[in-house]
Amino acid sequence: MKAKVLLSLILLCGCVAASSARAEDAVPAGPPACEVPAYLLTTESQLPKTAEIIRDNKPLEILVIGSRSTAIPSSEDSSYPARLQAILKEKLPSEPVHVSVEIQSKKTAEEAASGFVKLMEAKKPTLVIWQTGTVDAIRSIDPDEFRSAVTDGVSALQQAGADVVLMNLQYSPRTETMMSVPPYLDNMRVVAQEHEIPLFDRFAIMRQWNDQGQFDLFNPTRGSELAKQVHDCLGRALAQFVIDAAHVGPAQQQN
Amino acid sequence: MTIADQVTGTPIAGTADTAVRAKTAAPAITLPVVGERELRLDLFRGMALWLIFIDHLPPNLLTWFTIRNYGFSDATEIFIFISGYTAAFVYGRAMLESGFVIATARILRRVWQIYVAHVFLFTIFLAEISYVATRFENPLYTEEMGIMDFLKQPDVTIVQALLLRFRPVNMDVLPLYIVLMLALPLILWLMKWRPDVSLGLSVLLYVVTWQFDLYFSAYPNGFWAFNPLAWQLLFVFGAWCALGGAKRMSRILASPVTMWIAIAYLVASFYVTMTWYVPQLGHFMPKRIEQWMYPIDKTDLDVLRFTHFLALAALTVRFLPRTWPGLRSPWLRPLILCGQHSLEIFCLGVFLAFAGHFILAEVSGGPVMHALISLSGILIMWGMAWLISWYKSEADKSGSKTKNAVSNADMAGGG
Repeated sequence: MKAKVLLSLILLCGCVAASSARAEDAVPAGPPACEVPAYLLTTESQLPKTAEIIRDNKPLEILVIGSRSTAIPSSEDSSYPARLQAILKEKLPSEPVHVSVEIQSKKTAEEAASGFVKLMEAKKPTLVIWQTGTVDAIRSIDPDEFRSAVTDGVSALQQAGADVVLMNLQYSPRTETMMSVPPYLDNMRVVAQEHEIPLFDRFAIMRQWNDQGQFDLFNPTRGSELAKQVHDCLGRALAQFVIDAAHVGPAQQQN
Repeated sequence: MTIADQVTGTPIAGTADTAVRAKTAAPAITLPVVGERELRLDLFRGMALWLIFIDHLPPNLLTWFTIRNYGFSDATEIFIFISGYTAAFVYGRAMLESGFVIATARILRRVWQIYVAHVFLFTIFLAEISYVATRFENPLYTEEMGIMDFLKQPDVTIVQALLLRFRPVNMDVLPLYIVLMLALPLILWLMKWRPDVSLGLSVLLYVVTWQFDLYFSAYPNGFWAFNPLAWQLLFVFGAWCALGGAKRMSRILASPVTMWIAIAYLVASFYVTMTWYVPQLGHFMPKRIEQWMYPIDKTDLDVLRFTHFLALAALTVRFLPRTWPGLRSPWLRPLILCGQHSLEIFCLGVFLAFAGHFILAEVSGGPVMHALISLSGILIMWGMAWLISWYKSEADKSGSKTKNAVSNADMAGGG
């Protein structure tokens, strides 16, 4: 509900607020449609461990834990984790970056979080990007239970020594009348606030793109072109978000 | 045929006689004097119906006029409270005049109507979702399309929907209303005995619900989006006000202390709401308060939402007297008309919201289209309310006089 309200504000003042955070993007191949207003990419929370690794030019291991919306069927190289890796490499040329993906399809936050300890032992990432909420919304899990599951998951990830970024649901206008998304968005925001970790607001960003006409997310297309473009933009936005949250100075950044 | 029906007192012969009977039968509750229809109730219920319709559409320009942007509570609170108020008013009278059995019978007939309306809306929903499921295959949303999985088992789904356990988004209010109406005979019976004790029991149930996390389970999993065990508090409070509670509270309501507390609370909640849109304001918000306050739970009718509604209601009653001439102005007529036929208009609103989503998806989704859909939806609701009024006042009049008299009484009682 709150998120909806927030988003309607975006709709209203989007034109004004769309001060391009990515105008000076160095990647030439990017379509011009990836603009995200600065406030959607800023966060008060920090990524201290990631910042340290980047400062010391040590290899940065990122793990994306997601569900099916983390991937595009049959074109993995174009999904946002792959794009994130490519763009981080361009932006931080002196930094070895590796992004691995763990897809837990059809698992709720609680089911996914139960495997975190093992997963962290195996992968030992510096930064975990946990994308969740969609399966919970589809199955209409009790929002309180969802919140405590996300809380437990985040704690487990932090205890294993990683920085954590939460990523919320996709904006999916076609299914808006069929599932109730706002409680899950709200609860993820609350957990992020409580743990002082950054929340990548994928929902608001995609909604912004749709409302601004950059992408037509109502499109019933069967081709994967739209999905590829959206994931490319998500990867860019996410890279920018991580760099900002890790307070990477301009000296280390290739602009 | 309004959701809780005409607030006009039943045009009964020998009012004094009835009053005496009522006094001996149930000294605990007092019904307001039979007289003019309480237009304020119609006005605010009509407003709630419009706001619910707008809130069911994707956010657009008009969304900025809905009260949920300016405080904790929203139109649902208004709707449930007024429904409790009018239901108690109408059926409470029936219970005093005709007894428990007759009143219960009338309430059950009302429940049946609401149930049929719900099933009707569900049918439309099924049609819409099936259409989307067959046409929409964007690979970006393979995961979200999982929501359609229930279409693979239509037998189970439809039966669960008939049992009110499968309820799609935006179709939560009617099942809540059905459950509350089913409890109404018991509520009225208790109110007849001791209104304050009944209200106390309702508060107790609310507290127990929060304490032990009671809920209504739903299909395929999850819970009811509006927990009737919590939301009954508003409904019973409405009933309590209708049956004399409002009168007894009039001194509290008239006191300036109440007014200033209400104003302070509304301002505070307005500020909190502002921090949702202007995150910069959040810096001035103590973390401790934030952690105590969030999340503000709609499912279980958070105390903050309930008190916000109380504050709104207290100020409304204070500054908008029953005799306010504006209530007769033609400008408010559309709202009042809609409020007078709330079941029909509510269902129409849910349908129009479905249709609006559909048009936005299939035709175009610009802000102009958005605003246009909202506006025309409201116009259609108004037109329909006018048509229903016309049927009731003109078209049905041609029937025989005696039959008419009976059905009129029924109408006031819940027909």
